[in-house]
Amino acid sequence: MNQPLWKITVNVLRQKGPTDKPHFQSFPLEIHPDEYVLDAIEKIWAFQDRSLTFRHACHHATCGACGMRVNGKEKLTCITSLHTVVKNNGVLKIEPLRNFPVLSDLVVDMGHLYRQTEEADFQQVVPLEAAQLPYEITPNRTPNEPYERLVDCIECGLCVSACPAAFTSTDYRGPAALAAIQQGIAFAPNEVLFDLADHENGVWRCHSAFECTEVCPSNVDPGWRIMNLRRRVIHHRISRVFKKSQKVSRP
Amino acid sequence: MTNQSSPKRFIQWFDPRNRQVGSWAFILNRITALGLTLYLFLHLIALGNLARGPEAYNNFIALAKTPLIKFGEMLVIAAGIIHGLNGIRIALTSFGIGVRHQRALFIAVMVLSITGILIFTISMVRH
Repeated sequence: MNQPLWKITVNVLRQKGPTDKPHFQSFPLEIHPDEYVLDAIEKIWAFQDRSLTFRHACHHATCGACGMRVNGKEKLTCITSLHTVVKNNGVLKIEPLRNFPVLSDLVVDMGHLYRQTEEADFQQVVPLEAAQLPYEITPNRTPNEPYERLVDCIECGLCVSACPAAFTSTDYRGPAALAAIQQGIAFAPNEVLFDLADHENGVWRCHSAFECTEVCPSNVDPGWRIMNLRRRVIHHRISRVFKKSQKVSRP
Repeated sequence: MTNQSSPKRFIQWFDPRNRQVGSWAFILNRITALGLTLYLFLHLIALGNLARGPEAYNNFIALAKTPLIKFGEMLVIAAGIIHGLNGIRIALTSFGIGVRHQRALFIAVMVLSITGILIFTISMVRH
């Protein structure tokens, strides 16, 4: 921490309420390059403008509250070091997440995402096998012991913000909810989850841009999960046809 | 609410800034699809000249041999190759095949496409 402070300009997109016209406001800042983007925003709030609103809580990528767009890209600002996104004497652009209604400045209404994940019966703690992606290395553990862990998704909404399909369709379930459905089906398949996924606003709305996986800060890999869900949905459809025809052939 | 999604903002589907390889493929697929759809209409209109007699058709054929139209034909071939090969990539990933390698698959698609377009262009210029 002996490096000299950097002089940067932070341009924040501000908007108070739905009728207010969004506009950028510049804040000059002297800050250490190893600090995080969220630290810069907090310093602006603390020393320059107390009316700046933003969400944050844990400061270690667990709560998922501080998702914003940094220089146009979705980032969890509490773990994004300043030196990775700006240079000394440079300009940093901070905007709220896309595809959510702006409530005030950098605060967006995440209600849609939370409702979608709740509908998908999103479980926060699941058996180890259900939480892990199949290509991940399983940690060493005592055999035959049931292990549970927290799932990776922190519901930060970065994937929804980056998704080009969510951009044009508000009814789309979105990557986070579809990832939750995939996890639920992989753990315990049921018709309710299949109906949510096998829908025009479910897995079939995805346009395979894989932006969700690119921006996910938490190893959920929603793109992989949506593609896996498509395979499961097709398999389910085919098996349902054969089950029905079996019933017909056996009176 | 300014950053809420809206069909009016679909133009941003074509904005490659701050986007990753997957989105570039997505953008390219839509541009080529629109181009091919436009070509289909132009093609049908051109064929409609057949109904207007031999003279009208011959005039059209003369027009079709001009460099501008030939360049247009090259674009059609380019769009067809890119859209077709990327379609295979999307079909594979949609069945869960190579999802984690979608970036490499796109690069392979583009290398194959550029090779195909070059081969076609050279043969078109020669004839």
